[in-house]
Amino acid sequence: MSNIEAHTVAYVRDTMLPEQTPPITEKGAVKWLRENLFSGWLNSVLTVLSLLVIWWALAAIGPWLLNTIWNAGSLRECREILDGTPGACFAVINDRWHQLLFGFYPSQHYWRPTLAFVLLLASLAPVLFTNLPRKLLYVSAAYPFVAYHLLWGGSIWLPVSAALGFVAGFVAFVFARRVNGLLAVFAAVLAPIFWWLFLAQPFNAGLSSVLPIGLEFVRSDRFGGFLISLVIGVTGISLSLPLGILLALGRQSDMVFVKSVCVIFIEFIRGVPLITLLFTASLLLNYFLPPGTSFDLILRVIIMVTLFAAAYMAEVIRGGLAALPRGQYEAADALGLDYWKAQRLIIMPQALKISIPGIVNTFIGLFKDTTLVVFIGLLDPIGLSNAIRADTDWNGIYWELFIFIGALFFLFCFGISRYSMYLERKLKTDHR
Amino acid sequence: MSTTTEQRVSTTPPKKGFTLSMLLYDQRYRSITIQVFFLFLLMLGAAWLIDNTVNNLRAQGKDFSFAFLGNPAGYDISQRPIEYNSQMTHGRAALVGLLNTLILAVMACVLATVLGVIAGVLRLSNNWIVGRLMTVYVEVFRNIPTLLWILIFGAIMTEAMPAPSAFRGDDPASSMLFNDAVAVTNRGVYVPAIMFARDLGTLTIGPVSPSISWILVIFIVAGSIWANKLLINHATRVQNATGVRPKTWWKSILILVGPLALYFFLLGAHLDYPELTGFNFSGGTHLRNSLIAMWLGLGIYTGAFVAENVRSGILAISRGQTEAAFALGLQPGKTMRLIILPQALRVIIPPLISQYLNITKNTSLGLAVGYMDLRSTLGGITINQTGRELEGMMLMMLIYLAISLTISGGMNVYNSRVKLKER
Repeated sequence: MSNIEAHTVAYVRDTMLPEQTPPITEKGAVKWLRENLFSGWLNSVLTVLSLLVIWWALAAIGPWLLNTIWNAGSLRECREILDGTPGACFAVINDRWHQLLFGFYPSQHYWRPTLAFVLLLASLAPVLFTNLPRKLLYVSAAYPFVAYHLLWGGSIWLPVSAALGFVAGFVAFVFARRVNGLLAVFAAVLAPIFWWLFLAQPFNAGLSSVLPIGLEFVRSDRFGGFLISLVIGVTGISLSLPLGILLALGRQSDMVFVKSVCVIFIEFIRGVPLITLLFTASLLLNYFLPPGTSFDLILRVIIMVTLFAAAYMAEVIRGGLAALPRGQYEAADALGLDYWKAQRLIIMPQALKISIPGIVNTFIGLFKDTTLVVFIGLLDPIGLSNAIRADTDWNGIYWELFIFIGALFFLFCFGISRYSMYLERKLKTDHR
Repeated sequence: MSTTTEQRVSTTPPKKGFTLSMLLYDQRYRSITIQVFFLFLLMLGAAWLIDNTVNNLRAQGKDFSFAFLGNPAGYDISQRPIEYNSQMTHGRAALVGLLNTLILAVMACVLATVLGVIAGVLRLSNNWIVGRLMTVYVEVFRNIPTLLWILIFGAIMTEAMPAPSAFRGDDPASSMLFNDAVAVTNRGVYVPAIMFARDLGTLTIGPVSPSISWILVIFIVAGSIWANKLLINHATRVQNATGVRPKTWWKSILILVGPLALYFFLLGAHLDYPELTGFNFSGGTHLRNSLIAMWLGLGIYTGAFVAENVRSGILAISRGQTEAAFALGLQPGKTMRLIILPQALRVIIPPLISQYLNITKNTSLGLAVGYMDLRSTLGGITINQTGRELEGMMLMMLIYLAISLTISGGMNVYNSRVKLKER
């Protein structure tokens, strides 16, 4: 057999051919281009279109952005320096950045909001990253009171007495628990109320007269810019999550009455625009409260924004609760856990994990919605951009202010969404 | 060896009379206690609020009535979809505002859907540059407040567009788009309007008087779509019976386009082009800057959210579905149309409709660029002029609530229709 083959096959190669270079279209940049940009006629058209769009955008904005003036006292001065060539005048940011950040906060006290912001990061760190030492959580617990005092100032004993209410509740809970669990809950609720209603005022007044220490008081109408956005946003975010959880649980509840109240509240809030709620806070609250009471506009706005975000949060969390298999509830029952323990140990950790993307979207939405306060006369960054434009020096300047404000908002919101992706990855326990 | 002790195990719980402590410790009664307590607190709060309101109203010498809606409004509204002048009532002004809100909402929803679907699909494209470009679009628009976008588009329209005078002369600085049909100026956009040479007049239904010609257009379009559906159903029946699908595309085109074209021809429809006369354009339809800014701001902003919904909807369909379709021999186009899209839509539509809801509610930001929507008319000027904050805000909230509940009710109906029928 092999003989025959040896005769019939004229030539059999016995050495390897030298390795050839791959065709030019199958390597390096050309291959990448072919695969990623020009894999078919449709893709080629899209690529060319995209390049045109990018080129057009760069040609329109590039020269303007590159030819930036950073030092000028007014728009007219800026235009004189530019001398007719297109160019951005970011001198307005250089001139007014402190207003965009702090509003009309007294300039000698800028260190206070700055310090409050740094402390905010420090107190958020142990909440956001679980591998930090748990002791830092005490910093987080103290933060609201410290921040209040730093931002508004006044007597130091006001936030201290407010904080002591929580301490009183905790102490009462610890002591009453030895007697009875139910009594402990009542004590934990009643003790702080009792403290705030009857004891806090004399405590505060007494210590203020004996030991009048504290920072200089700053009125709320001096607040503005990103300071106001952050104050409303951060307070709203941290209050709306617990409230949203309670509303979601109420909506899932077996108690008909509680359930219907929660449903009505959620659907009402979700059905009307936030701006109408803000107008309610600024126009109508005088009708609903006893004659003569008036309280801070920022506080009213915070309450409204919190209620608004809580309704959305409740729906997001309800989605997470609904996505949880029924067996989890039954398993908690089978273990003999009571309602709150089951929620705390079994249901909520899983439901919240499922709803992280929605929760974070609500947070971002809330932070962006803080810009709506401009409509009721608070000077958020957008309101300040109008104020700056009303000044003769900077009359007619638009893009530079918008770019600065937009960039800061982008920074915050994009940061939050990236963190949520990190959190999702970290909490992922399935094996996909 | 077994125990001989007779131990009776009782299976019935010991009978006990009702004691007061059971209200707290027995699960059967505890919920009632909690609810009664809750109801008591709630009624106390409500009574307190109502009492305060009544007292405050009395102190200010105001009554609670909606009679102001019948008084003359005394202010002008720039964009009037129905006839309106400043002599008409506050109620009429509110209606004009409501119609403006709805017009803007529908326009923005269409823009957001178109942009969102394109961007969402393209973001999944394997074309590197297109994918990146769409990611930039989505992230930039999602992370910057919508109010800022509205202001930016408003500023673009008023600051960066040429004045009407730039269109004048033999060698004008600016020229109209699309063969002299559309003029983009800093006073708004002028587009051609469809006019009928033989108009059928108007119909009067209560406070509004719509044009009969346009009502008939709606009926004809709806009828054509319905007839086309019948044709498609017939084709499907024939295919099921014989295995051969009759060609329908030319019949479909005829049914969809024919009647409308005939109707337009009979009524002598023609385009009314905007023209530069004097200092401004006249003729055609004038889309004001406020409308354009709101439309672009809301549409492009929400488009970024829709894009994310579309993307996640398509990604939610497992790869196996595509592979199964290919295994059946379906072509990519048919795979998309018959396998992927019907399943993806089930995921996409509910969040899409929430986005429509958001757009409708965000139209209330019209105040920022002076768009005369419901909030600017009823909730703005009317309240300022009459001092009826309580009634005006309540009415406005109720209207918004009614719109939202209608939309979300529609969503619930859709959801229950497309829901996966499981065990």
